[in-house]
Amino acid sequence: MKLSKNFTNPLAANNPVIVQILGICSALAVTVKLEPACVMGLSVIFVTAFSNLVMSLLRNGVPSRIRIIVQLVVIATLVIVVDQFLRAYMYDVSKQLSVYVGLIITNCIVMGRVEAFALGNKPWDAFVDGVANGIGYALILIIVAFFRELFGSGTLFGFDVLARFGYVNNSLMLFPPMALIIVGVIIWIHRSINKDLQEK
Amino acid sequence: MLNLFINSMLIENMVFAFFFGMCSYIAVSKSVKTALGLGAAVTFVMVMTVPLNYLLNQYVLAPNALAEGVDLGFLSFILFIAVIAAFVQLVEMIVEKFSPSLYNQLGIFLPLIAVNCAIMGGSLFMQQMVGTEINNVGDSIVYGLGSGIGWWLAIVMMAAIREKIEYSHVPAALKGPGIAFIITGLMGIAFMIFSGIQL
Repeated sequence: MKLSKNFTNPLAANNPVIVQILGICSALAVTVKLEPACVMGLSVIFVTAFSNLVMSLLRNGVPSRIRIIVQLVVIATLVIVVDQFLRAYMYDVSKQLSVYVGLIITNCIVMGRVEAFALGNKPWDAFVDGVANGIGYALILIIVAFFRELFGSGTLFGFDVLARFGYVNNSLMLFPPMALIIVGVIIWIHRSINKDLQEK
Repeated sequence: MLNLFINSMLIENMVFAFFFGMCSYIAVSKSVKTALGLGAAVTFVMVMTVPLNYLLNQYVLAPNALAEGVDLGFLSFILFIAVIAAFVQLVEMIVEKFSPSLYNQLGIFLPLIAVNCAIMGGSLFMQQMVGTEINNVGDSIVYGLGSGIGWWLAIVMMAAIREKIEYSHVPAALKGPGIAFIITGLMGIAFMIFSGIQL
């Protein structure tokens, strides 16, 4: 029961991106197309899950004074694994993501979950929490990428969708500011539904 | 060099073009005073870490830099973040010593500069620009300064707007982060007029 709540909470009611405002840094730049957004989402799920797991296993052995450095080393190592994997097997996507893979290290979600959850919970709970927060994050990326690719290029995953109906691409959607406005609107809708989140 | 400065400060502004450092940007931009302090700290850290990482990149990480046939490029993430984390620790101690009030205001966000994407992003972009726009230590200092001031500018403007917005009728669901995102987007569109400037 508790486990399933841990899993579903970060997906909507306590979504790391639109409720806790964590990890927007850099991530939005990969939302021009759906494909890099999905790859980025999967990478973040992998990193949050395993950094939570590793730090939860180490939680009793690491003095709290040096924990930040230990966390950074664990996270950086995992990100290097992801980066090398992408370069080896998905070179085109890794070129599109460029520096943003490296920036998973500084993604506040990863660090935030390790600090807030993994250091005080058992490994399996921490792992589930990591996966769920990663998915909550990937969801937002995919929603933003869906709208930007659909209206910006008229395609989805590279397939023509709108172009065949005579749609003229709105290239403003491809510029960075639109990603921010879309996130703003997502927050707006989310808070209209979940009234308890609204600020007084 | 001036071109690089203008480019990194206005055209490829860290916040508006790359979304770097959004976490602290949204959270700390509630009062101009705090924003000024954090912006200064970020700029300082960037001016110092980008050249340091440039030297590290040139003499340790680049192919054949350390020894013939050795390419340590895959270690760059971990080395860059180590340099940044060490430096932030230093800034934290300095701020605590000389300005305890600012230290209290910034709270958790001071240690979090270490995981501020703007700083890590600055170093990673610098690494990509080596050989094209950045060719020596001077260039890397200019790039760090330009990017830092760009971020500073963005957060102070944002804080000023948010102080004013306190007095206007924003729909309840948009209050706080929602309206902040939309304002940032509009500011980003305004900043697009700088694109294409060449000096």
